[in-house]
Amino acid sequence: MDIFLQNIINALQWGSFYAVVSIGYSMVYGVLMLFNFAHGDIFMVGTYIGFGIATLLLALFSAFMPGWMIFILVILITMFLASFVGVFVEVVGYRPLRGAPRASAAITGLMIGIIFETGNLIILGAKRFSFPPLIESVTYNFGGIYVTNVKVLIIVASLVMMAALHLFIKKTKWGMAMRAMSYDFQAVPLMGVSINIIAPMTFAIGAGLASVAGILYGQAYPVLDPYMGISLGWKAFVAAILGGRGSIMGAALAGYLLGFIEMFVPMFFPSTFRDLIAYSIILVILTFRPRGFFGMAHSTQLRL
Amino acid sequence: MQLVVENLSVSYGNIKALHGISFSVDQGEIVTIIGANGAGKSTTLRAISRMIPCEPGSKIEFRGESILKYNTDKVVSKLGICHVPEGRMIFGNLTVTENLTLACFARKDSDGIARDKKWVFDLFPRLDERKDQLAGTLSGGEQQMLAVGRAYMSGRQIMILDEPSMGLAPLLMLDMFEALKEINRQGTTILLVEQNARLALKFAQRGYVLEHGQLILEGPADGLLDNPEVKKAYLGA
Repeated sequence: MDIFLQNIINALQWGSFYAVVSIGYSMVYGVLMLFNFAHGDIFMVGTYIGFGIATLLLALFSAFMPGWMIFILVILITMFLASFVGVFVEVVGYRPLRGAPRASAAITGLMIGIIFETGNLIILGAKRFSFPPLIESVTYNFGGIYVTNVKVLIIVASLVMMAALHLFIKKTKWGMAMRAMSYDFQAVPLMGVSINIIAPMTFAIGAGLASVAGILYGQAYPVLDPYMGISLGWKAFVAAILGGRGSIMGAALAGYLLGFIEMFVPMFFPSTFRDLIAYSIILVILTFRPRGFFGMAHSTQLRL
Repeated sequence: MQLVVENLSVSYGNIKALHGISFSVDQGEIVTIIGANGAGKSTTLRAISRMIPCEPGSKIEFRGESILKYNTDKVVSKLGICHVPEGRMIFGNLTVTENLTLACFARKDSDGIARDKKWVFDLFPRLDERKDQLAGTLSGGEQQMLAVGRAYMSGRQIMILDEPSMGLAPLLMLDMFEALKEINRQGTTILLVEQNARLALKFAQRGYVLEHGQLILEGPADGLLDNPEVKKAYLGA
């Protein structure tokens, strides 16, 4: 029973990363009907930006500023900078492909990802960096279940970000335009809404969220390497598909589900079977529900 | 002339949809372009809204300024050429009010927006009754009202309408045209393409007849109603 509860906490933490990153896939799909396959590497770049900002701020301010304040500053500055990475990917990578076949956009996304990975290697070398702890880790013991404050922070921060995104999409005119895009993208410009504002904005939000996920990830798993975005990116992509293409709520739920499956499979099977069983379960779900949890049946047309 | 179209040509791949048509619309007028299915009516409107590119040599001017340098969103928000598209294209996942609000995306005059919203709700009380409902749950006629109201809020120098009578019951059709007249009385020019030639010609002051991507006739609307060729081909008499 203790292990069970312990695993729930771990699954929530692990699922938080998937949920926040997979939202980035879903938002872009909802607005432009393309999967941004560079998103996993945008997560990586965001983590490195967070690493750089954290290192810098700790060196400058740690003497006289409390840790939580530095943590918040790191998050805000990193989000701001990482959003430009998202805008860059949209403007340079995808915008010239408006009207191009669907496969071109997919290939472009993969290429951008490779450019980010190798660019990182060229600039920073093969050295592995360690994300500095921004929060002093404290472990609480609740009757045999160990919960660190970092885990709580990761879970809560992810939920707060998702709630903020939800409000943004429901309440603001930009969010309204994003929802309208996912319904009928051709009619949106007729409302006087420029797609050249909505599309980069969507990428910027996705990249900003991914970068915060990266900072949180760095608090839990401090070792950074240029390929850290690949596996997490693909799994978040799987979550976006499982949740239903374009559904933000679905992506978040599927992200958590994926976290739970990955944490609980090793309880019953050898841990080397983890991915095999986790993805077999997802395959079975998708066989019976190809559009995912909340997906709508869509005509498939590249809209960029 | 408020809107001048000269030598407008549009192709879809190898298929030429418009063969260099020219027409113009004056401030405050109601003008209609009638024609059969596939004549190029929607293409004409989509070219004006810059939803599709036109071929070199085409000229579309609004108040003496070429609109070809603008994107669709600027044609709407900067020039005030609003477009009620074929099939309404309302956002079914947004509420009625949200649909109207989104149409004001580029507008900054919150007083004007509130006033226009009220005006639209006065013009179409059915929308007011359903303002918090998802637009996808509206009936066809109500969706058409929303499409017109939404266009009115997005910009109102010229309203161009693509088959507003499509799919409407005859009574609703008349109501819709009454509402359009009211919009016109507020000073909005109206350019309308219609398959329902009789209705359109009764409503408009001037008309053009589009056939296979070419304008073959033009003149005052009542003249066209009496024209034997038009009668034979479009009025079924």
